[in-house]
Amino acid sequence: MTTETLAPFDPLAEAIAAADGWPEASEPTETPVPVPAAFLDAEAEVKPKDFLIIDYSGDLEKVWATMILASTSAAMGVKTRVFVTFWGLPVFVKDSKRITGENWMQKMMSAMQRPGISHRHLSKMNFLGMGPWMMRRLAKQYGVASPKELLEVAQEMGVEFLPCQMTMDMFGLKPEDMIEGMGEPVGAATVIGLMTDNSVPLFI
Amino acid sequence: MPVVEISQTVDARGLSCPMPIVKTAQAVKVLPSGAAIELIATDVGSIKDVAAWCKATGNELIEQTSDGAVYRFVIRRK
Repeated sequence: MTTETLAPFDPLAEAIAAADGWPEASEPTETPVPVPAAFLDAEAEVKPKDFLIIDYSGDLEKVWATMILASTSAAMGVKTRVFVTFWGLPVFVKDSKRITGENWMQKMMSAMQRPGISHRHLSKMNFLGMGPWMMRRLAKQYGVASPKELLEVAQEMGVEFLPCQMTMDMFGLKPEDMIEGMGEPVGAATVIGLMTDNSVPLFI
Repeated sequence: MPVVEISQTVDARGLSCPMPIVKTAQAVKVLPSGAAIELIATDVGSIKDVAAWCKATGNELIEQTSDGAVYRFVIRRK
């Protein structure tokens, strides 16, 4: 028994074969379109991104996260800024301060939660300080640096901590209440300016 | 294999993320270009983190060995 092989069905090839006087392909004479200058310069102008953390929370675990990310990003050679606002602001008050503020409401707020990075509460499982105490013990056991140590390292490595002027006013905090090495107080416009310019923002 | 001359040793044994990286960065910062440091760490995360840090900063990871739970990295400053 023999099998018959059919010629492959290729209408395009047949059409090309049937066409008469098909023009020879000629060398392109047009000059190539120049690449726009913006594309050529794009590579040269790429600035490494900055990193901007908005430290809004004063909870122990979130402050910890802020400090870990800020110190790591500075270690990676990334220009790092931390905008410190709202509940994040009392974190950057000196540990030695007990009561801050000018009027009774501001004073009462600082009395209800002691300012300073060493006096943070957990957002959950605080249990009147039992939670943070256990967290600190665990951290020590596993070689995790405390938020205070990380803050010192971050400042050493050039992380800028920028306090929010509005919150400073509202909480009645004076520059002398704050830890050494804080930047000049700034406002929301500075933060938006940084974000839209060249910073990767993170809200913690 | 050429012997790498180690200018400094960073002992990060017992330290957890991010301290091995932070200590390395601080040590490398004051090093002249081309000099090498050795990092000794016990943090398992440092295997990936050191590589990521080298990639981001342009420093060269020239050696990586492990002795059970202790990791040793040799990094040359760019």
